[in-house]
Amino acid sequence: MKWKTNNLLFIHVTRVVSFLILAFSIYLFFAGHNDPGGGFIGGLMTASSILLLYLTFDKRKIDEMLPIDYVSLISAGLLIAFGTGFIGLFIGDPYLTQYFDYFTLPWIGEFELATAVLFDVGIYLGVAASALVIILTIAGDQ
Amino acid sequence: MMNNLIILPIILPAMIGAILVFFSKSQQIQRFISVIAMTAILIASIWLAIDVYNNGMRVIALGDWPIPYGIPLVADMFATVMVLLSAVIGVCCLFFAFRTIHPDRERFYFYPFYFFLIAGVNGTFLTGDLFNLFVFFEVTLLASYILIVHGSTAFQLRESFKYLAINVFSSMFFLVGIAYIYAATGTLNIADIGRRVAELEQDGVLNVIAVVLLFVFATKGALFPLYFWLPKSYTGPPAAISALFVGLLTKVGIYAIIRVFTVIFHHDLSFTHHFILVLAGLTMLFGVLGAVAQYDFKGILAYHSVSQVGYMVMGLGIFSPLALAGAIYFMVHHSIVKAALFLFSGVAEKITGSTDIRNMGGLLKTHPAFSWLFFITAMSLAGIPPLAGFFGKFSLIVPGLEETHYVVVAVSLFVGLLTLFSMMKIFSHSFWGRQKHSSTQANIKTGGLLITIAPLVVLTIVMGLAAEPIFFYLLDVAHEILDPSIYIESVLGE
Repeated sequence: MKWKTNNLLFIHVTRVVSFLILAFSIYLFFAGHNDPGGGFIGGLMTASSILLLYLTFDKRKIDEMLPIDYVSLISAGLLIAFGTGFIGLFIGDPYLTQYFDYFTLPWIGEFELATAVLFDVGIYLGVAASALVIILTIAGDQ
Repeated sequence: MMNNLIILPIILPAMIGAILVFFSKSQQIQRFISVIAMTAILIASIWLAIDVYNNGMRVIALGDWPIPYGIPLVADMFATVMVLLSAVIGVCCLFFAFRTIHPDRERFYFYPFYFFLIAGVNGTFLTGDLFNLFVFFEVTLLASYILIVHGSTAFQLRESFKYLAINVFSSMFFLVGIAYIYAATGTLNIADIGRRVAELEQDGVLNVIAVVLLFVFATKGALFPLYFWLPKSYTGPPAAISALFVGLLTKVGIYAIIRVFTVIFHHDLSFTHHFILVLAGLTMLFGVLGAVAQYDFKGILAYHSVSQVGYMVMGLGIFSPLALAGAIYFMVHHSIVKAALFLFSGVAEKITGSTDIRNMGGLLKTHPAFSWLFFITAMSLAGIPPLAGFFGKFSLIVPGLEETHYVVVAVSLFVGLLTLFSMMKIFSHSFWGRQKHSSTQANIKTGGLLITIAPLVVLTIVMGLAAEPIFFYLLDVAHEILDPSIYIESVLGE
């Protein structure tokens, strides 16, 4: 990405909006357990918020800010997703069986912990990272 | 618990592929991990095959969702034979790749996609759900797009674009076919579809669906008239990748045809299977005519693999136990022999620096071991007893005569003759005659490469000599396939 933008309004709006999008994507991710949402759409949304930063600021600057190798992140996501499936295997159930239980803590109240969320984390990382890799590779092509 | 064994051939390569991405910069670590992983996959496949042979079909409902709502993986004997085959081809091609793949390719994710391809192929063999079959087809194809264009020479880019276009097109039709079948039966579980189709009236709608699915699988498996993409796109990539493709990718299409046309569409044989038989004859004929016209080492082999797809489908078209056993035998034989021949073309290219057989000559004098190994494999392909190719063709022609399909039998015999002719064309051009390569090229050592191919050559000899016990086993497989109620009942658990 060579082009340099110096649009003051754009930069200031992006600073706020990209974090709003990021927050909303995380909300969507957790909503996905019982409502519309989930790892896939949450990942895409995260990618779009990071992409907005890339559009507004220089690629070099964002690379310094987020020193993440997205390609490795894809496979980390895959490994988390595949690995979650093995939980069932060790207990003796079929691959990918999910488990959940309800816990009550002071202050927080009752909440649910499910292994499906771990699987979704894998999907989230994989989708966000692959969307970024695809777009940044095409954009970075000379 | 033992049922979880089924997922190993799918999940092992998938996880290893993901792990290898982390080590893409280090050649040694990648090689080390891939050798261990491939061996583990081979052991798991053998274990699965033995287990299914002894204890009968294994079914696992992923995530413990009840069948037919959840997605099952089904390992019957046919599937385990194919999984074992993919592991054997995978091991040999991997070792060959170590010695031939350019280090730059290794850095750019060659090994991860190699394993993703194997994961996808094993997935298509083991899945019991039509939509899941589509997903695993896509996994396989995505990996194959990358492997085919890997290295990005102009030729590869041009041919892989065609490959991509035709496959995306046929995948779209696959989705359409799945939608049709869901509309007609209300389920996507292959066993459940089989049961409900049997209860439906056999009218034109089912034949339309059958033809749509046949079109899809015929495109992936390179049947007449949809084979045009295969020869060029298989000659582009390096030998190790071509060998893997020819050993596994087209087999995936043929496997899907056999699975779908034995479990689901076996009620209107005079239409569907007669249609398949006609396609088989035309595929054989046009494929071999293409091979006869070629002068490119890989090109001849690629056209041959089109022609021989015809034999496998011919076994399904005849639809008797011996014919199906023959078809499976032929699939196994063809994967092994054709992968070996493609690897040999890589050896010849390494020695002479060319794939055009007119630029080769006198290899017999300078590289006798290579030449004789090639000769054995080529004769096996052409169907000379006592090698495997003979029994493959014999077991298709005998039931063909019994069921009075004289035309297709005559075509297959004629094609066998032309196969022999074009194999001899390679042999007489490249191995006999005046030496055309320089003396430095003559001193190139090929021992290390030949050792990786030797297991395949040994396998084709063993398959020929031990044809009788293998056929007893395959007849069991064929009986299991021909009686879809076994498959349906063990999946649905009735």
